[in-house]
Amino acid sequence: MTGETTSPGRLVVGRETRPKLPPYLKLRHDAGRGRWVLLAPERVLTPDQTAVAVLQLCDGTRTVEEIAAKLAEEYSAPADVITADVLDMLQGMADKGYIKG
Amino acid sequence: MTEELKGNGHIETLVVDDEPTEGVVGNEDATAELCARAPVGLLAELTHRCPLQCPYCSNPLELEGVKNELSTEEWCSVMRQAGEMGILQIHLSGGEPTARKDLEEIISAASEAGLYSNLITAAVTLKRDRLEDLQKRGLDHVQISFQDVDPAGADNIGAYPGALQKKLDVARWVTELGLPLTVNAPIHRHNIHNVPRFIDMAVELGAQRIEIAHAQYYGWAFLNRAALIPTYEETLASIEYVEAARERLKGVLTIDMVVPDYYAKRPKPCMGGWGKGFMNITPAGKVLPCHAAETIPGLKFDNVRDKKLLDIWMDGEAFNAFRGTDWMKEPCRSCAFKEIDFGGCRCQAMAITRDPRNTDPACALSPYHAEMVKLAKEEAAKPAPAFVYRNPRNAAEAAKTQDEPLVPAE
Repeated sequence: MTGETTSPGRLVVGRETRPKLPPYLKLRHDAGRGRWVLLAPERVLTPDQTAVAVLQLCDGTRTVEEIAAKLAEEYSAPADVITADVLDMLQGMADKGYIKG
Repeated sequence: MTEELKGNGHIETLVVDDEPTEGVVGNEDATAELCARAPVGLLAELTHRCPLQCPYCSNPLELEGVKNELSTEEWCSVMRQAGEMGILQIHLSGGEPTARKDLEEIISAASEAGLYSNLITAAVTLKRDRLEDLQKRGLDHVQISFQDVDPAGADNIGAYPGALQKKLDVARWVTELGLPLTVNAPIHRHNIHNVPRFIDMAVELGAQRIEIAHAQYYGWAFLNRAALIPTYEETLASIEYVEAARERLKGVLTIDMVVPDYYAKRPKPCMGGWGKGFMNITPAGKVLPCHAAETIPGLKFDNVRDKKLLDIWMDGEAFNAFRGTDWMKEPCRSCAFKEIDFGGCRCQAMAITRDPRNTDPACALSPYHAEMVKLAKEEAAKPAPAFVYRNPRNAAEAAKTQDEPLVPAE
């Protein structure tokens, strides 16, 4: 009755986390609308190009650091800025249950 | 939900829910972009047959008979058309969708059409091997309704003995198979004290999501309102509890809450706007802008047996009846919120004021608002009358009764 739970806890995304999308989250290209969408239980997410680039690298083997490094190289951007942005985005996703570590 | 729907710069989140009050809700630009081409969500009520008899069922009082149901091929055609026109999510509901022996073929068709499929089930008659087969065919998500967390309460509300244990078994199979699970908890005066335990149960089951769905007073719930409506104080306490639980369970459990709008000051943006992002197909193939739209007299509904789904969406009379804001009367017409809440719910305006163009009486600006709040508080203060269970026999009886409309304040 107390509302206390035995939850496994929240994923805190760090540089060493190896993020992946849970199987029920589907990243699809919507040809009719000419954009990417992420389909989730009773949710549709609309990632921008940056988010799509990050999510496509979240395969459960790469760490956040490796993902950021790869993007920094591809977009010729400073790695620390990219890392901070990726961490922020993935934590937001994790808090909605859309990224697992 | 408000917190969740705040964008983070790179990703916007839209809710695409089958609840009559939700539809498509979220960031305005993202919603407009997705809905510009086609609706985002489709609720397919595959049948009105159901083993349960819940007194708050969102189905119409007049239940559709099995002989009028769309055929397998007709539903499969709906799935193909939905995918082609750009619908993204399909909610397979009822009645009880697993009562259809051809659910397998319908889910295969949905999956082949690229639709994200959601099975909304009472689960009491679902077997594990069937669930495994549905998953293999591409089922994406399962939502199971729980009438209560206490076995006796659940038996009484659904009028199905032993329902809770069966539902718990199926819920565990869902998570064991790696499918995402939503617990749907319809809330009313008989179980509102159990909201914390519903949330605990969802976490224990490993659900991704729970809907704390306060009964919405349409269909059977409107008929049973006095037996269902909780007090204002109980309602507020449950909302506060849920808001705290959301913060505590961030990243563990998504909690969606549908609040009872009889106690609200502002109306909900019903369906995210009429004919904007969501459509509903009845077991007999009628295409509706929302669950309850058939309660509005004079609206003409097209059928997928006669027309293409896209044509119905674009040009259907019922869809155009309350699209946009041109249909509005005062106080909606000159209201600053008219593009935000769209004047609330047309079906509730109809049910309470007998005019679907009136402001939803849930809005404090409606001249009917004070009367509606008073009515709700009076009903909640009295002992609960017996349920009128949702079954074909009671449907025939209910069709004969006629309630009185409220009288507006001067």
